[in-house]
Amino acid sequence: MNLLFTLRIAFRALWRNKLRSFLTALGIIVGTGAVIAMVSIGEGAKARVEQSFAAMGTDLLVVMSGSSSSGGARGGGGSQPTLTWDDLRALRSELPSVRLAAPTLRGMAPVMSEEQNWTTQIVGTTPEHFEIRNWGMAAGVSLTQSDVDSSAKVAVLGQTVVQNLFGDQSDPLGQRVRIGNIPFQVIGVMEKKGQSASGTDYDDSVFIPASTYQSKIAPGPGKFIGGQIFVGVDTVRGTERALADITALLRDRHRIATGAPDDFSVRNLAEMASAQAEGVGTLSTLLASVAAVSLLVGGIGIMNIMLVSVTERTREIGVRMAVGARPRDILAQFLVEALALSVLGGLAGVLLGLAAAERLAAQFGWLMLVRSDIVAMALGVSAGVGVIFGLYPAHRASQLDPIEALRHE
Amino acid sequence: MPALIELENLTRTYAAGDVTVQALRGVTLSIEVGEFVAIMGTSGSGKSTLMNTLGCLDRPTRGCYRLDGREVSGLSQDELAGLRNRSLGFVFQSFNLLSRTSALENVELPLLYAGVPAAERRARAQAVLVRVGLGERLHHHPSQLSGGQQQRVAIARALVGEPRLILADEPTGNLDSQTSLEMMALFRELVQGGITVVLVTHEADIAAEADRVIVMRDGSVLSDTQHQPLPARQAA
Repeated sequence: MNLLFTLRIAFRALWRNKLRSFLTALGIIVGTGAVIAMVSIGEGAKARVEQSFAAMGTDLLVVMSGSSSSGGARGGGGSQPTLTWDDLRALRSELPSVRLAAPTLRGMAPVMSEEQNWTTQIVGTTPEHFEIRNWGMAAGVSLTQSDVDSSAKVAVLGQTVVQNLFGDQSDPLGQRVRIGNIPFQVIGVMEKKGQSASGTDYDDSVFIPASTYQSKIAPGPGKFIGGQIFVGVDTVRGTERALADITALLRDRHRIATGAPDDFSVRNLAEMASAQAEGVGTLSTLLASVAAVSLLVGGIGIMNIMLVSVTERTREIGVRMAVGARPRDILAQFLVEALALSVLGGLAGVLLGLAAAERLAAQFGWLMLVRSDIVAMALGVSAGVGVIFGLYPAHRASQLDPIEALRHE
Repeated sequence: MPALIELENLTRTYAAGDVTVQALRGVTLSIEVGEFVAIMGTSGSGKSTLMNTLGCLDRPTRGCYRLDGREVSGLSQDELAGLRNRSLGFVFQSFNLLSRTSALENVELPLLYAGVPAAERRARAQAVLVRVGLGERLHHHPSQLSGGQQQRVAIARALVGEPRLILADEPTGNLDSQTSLEMMALFRELVQGGITVVLVTHEADIAAEADRVIVMRDGSVLSDTQHQPLPARQAA
């Protein structure tokens, strides 16, 4: 008795009870579908976190001023400027673990072109900023040190800003934009960078020299930096080392006594990103295991129906045995039936899961990532469920006494 | 030439709860090739057990059963299945056709398990159905056939593997007397074609159609009567 023939018998038996077969397979369909959907979306979320953390720069530290406190209300990181331009120079020159350092002063302001206006983030910085963030130019030139030295009124635009001020048609290079009331010349356009994990659009920014920012946009205390310092770490020496060096240097420069708290903070973005990725991973594992439980429940459903089927078809089994079916033929017949249910259910589940993941991803703007190994595993598991839960009913069928089976009403 | 069936002191005991039931108490008989035998007896006489044993569905507790010169008692389940498939054909009181399956496919069933290729299967099943007079009803399902027609399908299924022995358990039990006689005529044709037929019945007029009547009581053979002489070729 060959496999093809066994398959035919199995499919015919399943086809006879179409509704019942479908309902039985539904457990597997839902289980597999849920696993696939959860894993695809989970992997997508993880990939997005990883992407955004790569976009931020993998060896990036952010040094922030300390917090002000007046009457017990603490102002939050950076509310009280403590970092000075001298600190920046010291970071650049004294620490071998610091490869690059760039001041980053930020504020929201309306930007106007000839036709449009757009309120966006203005970033005052130095040329190192782009290198630290591993961010290239799409067109034109970047800020230069001489722009910074001369407080030039030049601007580099992010892609989102270009879209909103100039649309697709006109070339922004060389054009004038006004930030507040001050005219700037557009000298460059950044490459598209995308979104952060929390949904911040990196491309919605305008970059101008830090000196220009401090003198024209947000005049502040001369010797203090009214923002953060982005630090590009020397990768050989490592982030940990750089963090320790920066802390020691700034404590020394700010004359902070041993035991007293820092008046600045250093954030390790890579660490935050990987913690976030881990959190997303944990959540998706949790969801996938809940889904896997429903796969198990689906398997029990198959066993239940196969047992019913064996009982219902006892007489048929008797007839088959009387005309020469061996126990293993009967075993194969019922096993293949269970397997067909679970594998077809698994296939339908995979398709359903992918469709569901795509719908959800489209609806909520998530990313989905199909991993073929997970799809193969889900199919394998559903086949395994079919074998495991089909084996007992099939074995029971094969061990029936033909005389009893023939007498069965 | 050895007998087709040889039973020697065959016993079969069942454990039914605490009680041991002796269904067969030392049956010895032999059936030659080409015989038409009816086994009679009241319920509990052991005739069904005898039939199941002859059909290799049941194994004797003690004693010898030689089918076509081959000792059957010691065979494995798979070997017994093979014997049922190739050497035996069953006909049941309640027909036992697979429902929602056409006459043709029902008849093909033994050939499926014998591993006969599809085209040959179909041709042989069709030929046998024509032989039992159902050439017009190949694709009917059992529910679309009368009792007599269903039993003809069952006989075709028993015949399709070209067995030497057909065992029929109350084949006319669910049929009216006219159809019963037609069925017996069909069995007679098979016997004339060289097939051995053994049937169980409790109706004397049905048994009278056979050549030899064995009456069972309490697990033993009560009487064994030859109505007709053995076919000429046996005597020769």
